[in-house]
Amino acid sequence: MAIELKMPALSPTMEEGTLAKWLVKEGDTVKSGDILAEIETDKATMEYEAIDEGTIASILVPEGTDNVKVGTVIATIAGEVEEAAAPAPAPVAAPAPVETPAPAPAPASAAAPAPAAPAPVARAADPSVPAGTAMVKLTVREALRDAMAEEMRADDRIFVMGEEVAEYQGAYKVTQGLLDEFGARRVIDTPITEYGFAGLGSGAAMGGLKPIIEFMTFNFAMQAIDHIINSAAKTNYMSGGQMRCPIVFRGPNGAASRVAAQHSQNYAPWYASVPGLIVISPYDAADAKGLLKAAIRSEDPVVFLENELLYGRSFEVPDVADYVLPIGKARIMREGRDVTIVSYSIGVGLALEAADALAGEGIEAEVIDLRTLRPLDTATVLESLKKTNRLVVVEEGWPVCSIASELAMVAMEQGFDDLDAPVVRVCNEDVPLPYAHNLEKAALVDTPRVIAAVKAIINRA
Amino acid sequence: MAKAPARKTAAPKNTASTPAPATNRESPRDPAPYDATPAELEKFYREMLLIRRFEEKAGQLYGLGLIGGFCHLYIGQEAVAVGLQSALDGDKDSVITGYRDHGHMLAYGIDPKVIMAELTGRAAGISRGKGGSMHMFSVEHKFYGGHGIVGAQVSLGTGLAFAHKYRGDGGIAMAYFGDGAANQGQVYESFNMAELWKLPIIFVIENNQYAMGTSVNRSSAEDQLYRRGESFRIPGMQVDGMDVLAVRGAAEAAIEWVRAGKGPVLMELKTYRYRGHSMSDPAKYRSREEVQAVRDKSDAIEHLKKLMEEAGIGEDKFKAIDKEIRQIVSDAADFAESAPEPELHELYTDVLVEQY
Repeated sequence: MAIELKMPALSPTMEEGTLAKWLVKEGDTVKSGDILAEIETDKATMEYEAIDEGTIASILVPEGTDNVKVGTVIATIAGEVEEAAAPAPAPVAAPAPVETPAPAPAPASAAAPAPAAPAPVARAADPSVPAGTAMVKLTVREALRDAMAEEMRADDRIFVMGEEVAEYQGAYKVTQGLLDEFGARRVIDTPITEYGFAGLGSGAAMGGLKPIIEFMTFNFAMQAIDHIINSAAKTNYMSGGQMRCPIVFRGPNGAASRVAAQHSQNYAPWYASVPGLIVISPYDAADAKGLLKAAIRSEDPVVFLENELLYGRSFEVPDVADYVLPIGKARIMREGRDVTIVSYSIGVGLALEAADALAGEGIEAEVIDLRTLRPLDTATVLESLKKTNRLVVVEEGWPVCSIASELAMVAMEQGFDDLDAPVVRVCNEDVPLPYAHNLEKAALVDTPRVIAAVKAIINRA
Repeated sequence: MAKAPARKTAAPKNTASTPAPATNRESPRDPAPYDATPAELEKFYREMLLIRRFEEKAGQLYGLGLIGGFCHLYIGQEAVAVGLQSALDGDKDSVITGYRDHGHMLAYGIDPKVIMAELTGRAAGISRGKGGSMHMFSVEHKFYGGHGIVGAQVSLGTGLAFAHKYRGDGGIAMAYFGDGAANQGQVYESFNMAELWKLPIIFVIENNQYAMGTSVNRSSAEDQLYRRGESFRIPGMQVDGMDVLAVRGAAEAAIEWVRAGKGPVLMELKTYRYRGHSMSDPAKYRSREEVQAVRDKSDAIEHLKKLMEEAGIGEDKFKAIDKEIRQIVSDAADFAESAPEPELHELYTDVLVEQY
């Protein structure tokens, strides 16, 4: 029988990619090690090698096709005594098994009509965007890059520094193209030396520059946390307001995919507990852009927590010249009357999915994206609680001493009379993140858990 | 058992103990003792004496309970800050140091009153009473602290140097740290980047022989600390830190190198602190005799005084200077004792710069 060649996963988080180029055609004989195709992911262009020997029986996905899901059959190889015509394989659009329930719609560039786009759900518009504003579809990754590029064009004091930010074009491709545009003076590859370059960046900020320090992931910022907290966050206070440290520490935070405990942790509660820091953790591309621009302009030190699993997702971003959002303002993503679900970063996607599912059962959930974690927009949360009288906090992170526990305290201190049920937190399990697929899945917060939590407190009242 | 720094009475050749570099790489020129004018000698003397009298007064005020927390005195090390900083260009060069920072601030001409008022935790203090002894800054004087975490100032100082180079403003950074901090990992991360990117920075190890109570020999596999930059190709200099003219002379050679864009220099200043690590030092790790021997034989102020006497400056002049300095310090102490504490609302100011 024919051997099926499937779209490979080329990184831990890859869900789909572009079949950029076929280097073989039907009828060609291939052997193990031959390069069959070039596949472009959101991170890089990779060569796809043959493992088996035989003749290319059919090419099922033409070159240039975008958004080919991992696992899709892209070609078949007939073995030595194989008939040339393979059985009809799965079509391109066949839904491939995808781990993360990504609401990512088809990107604007896809000319073909999106076959199975999820039914659009009414989302509350960001009140800061006037109705009728033209929108453009961008990935979170592109939005972050655009934010940096725009600010760098406007202010020569801004530079980007970190591991692989320049010639490699970013370990996660967030700084792609910046070296070309701004040169090596302003886009600087560092040695692997987090403590050192976090300190160097903080010193440069004290000396009058505006550094953007990229951590390949925030897990590695643990080596640098002394400078983030002791040097950057405290200096303005310790100096009686004399010496500032306007710096942005940014990079992916939280669980990625199958990279286990040391590479999978949400540091939001750690940094959000520190006076003197601004902590931002956006969900969608518009907020990523508008808030990163605001972070870069801020005179205060900012910890900007991104999420690797969100980098490749596309969202509508206002197509305006200078899209800057206010720091410290939550956003109502979806209005509802029955329960308030509060989250941030990747948890917002879960909350929205849960809200959609609950709506089908007649439960109208209000979903709030905190966006900024310090200062925390408690007013928006309390206002919503006044309306719904129930609060669920969804957090991709540990439950103990979390943003969720902080919000529960806020609700108790300032919204006690509005609560019809105890606040519920839906967080990861209280364990280091395991590697095994099933254990990892069991450890991480997901939509069914959010739905179950909401139903539990609705029924309780 | 630690050796007191070598005393050199006549014009010391400071790098005599520095072996020739292993390779034929270019290195900074051999420093020569600074040929000071009488006016300069007097200036150095005043500054060093001001630091000593100021620190003695701070010690007294600490004993009276007017200064709290940790208080690290600079007594014994005066020639280092005065010699080095007199060679800098105060308009464009930046300085950063650790928690033993009073002397560096005084050497940069910062008003003793606002320093002392910070020590007593008053609103008029240079950090408005919120920083204390270890956390003082003067952006106006390009003095960037005053940092309490041992070694942090080395990375931060490397950032200041980065900023000078980035802007192309011709300035250099001077980052002071102790023999204790010289064992911190981030120091070497910073050395690597500084040399890799040829940043304009002078790394200054103030080797006062003891990291709290642990002598250099008990903590450092390579106790010749000026060699600590060798594997990064950073040239090192070992200097008699008890001789202000030797310090100034070495500073000029280092500055010449750094300002020419040749990258960093590592200076090890051999010095000694007479007082404890902080005010709460039990002094069990060294003998009184050891301290007294350094005071008697190597004191930086006495050494300079001798040179000035040889240059014909008479006792009257020294008496006049001493009186003047005592008055400055006494005024600073009066100011620091009588100035009001910060208003309570200051508790909440300066946490962030902007409002969100």
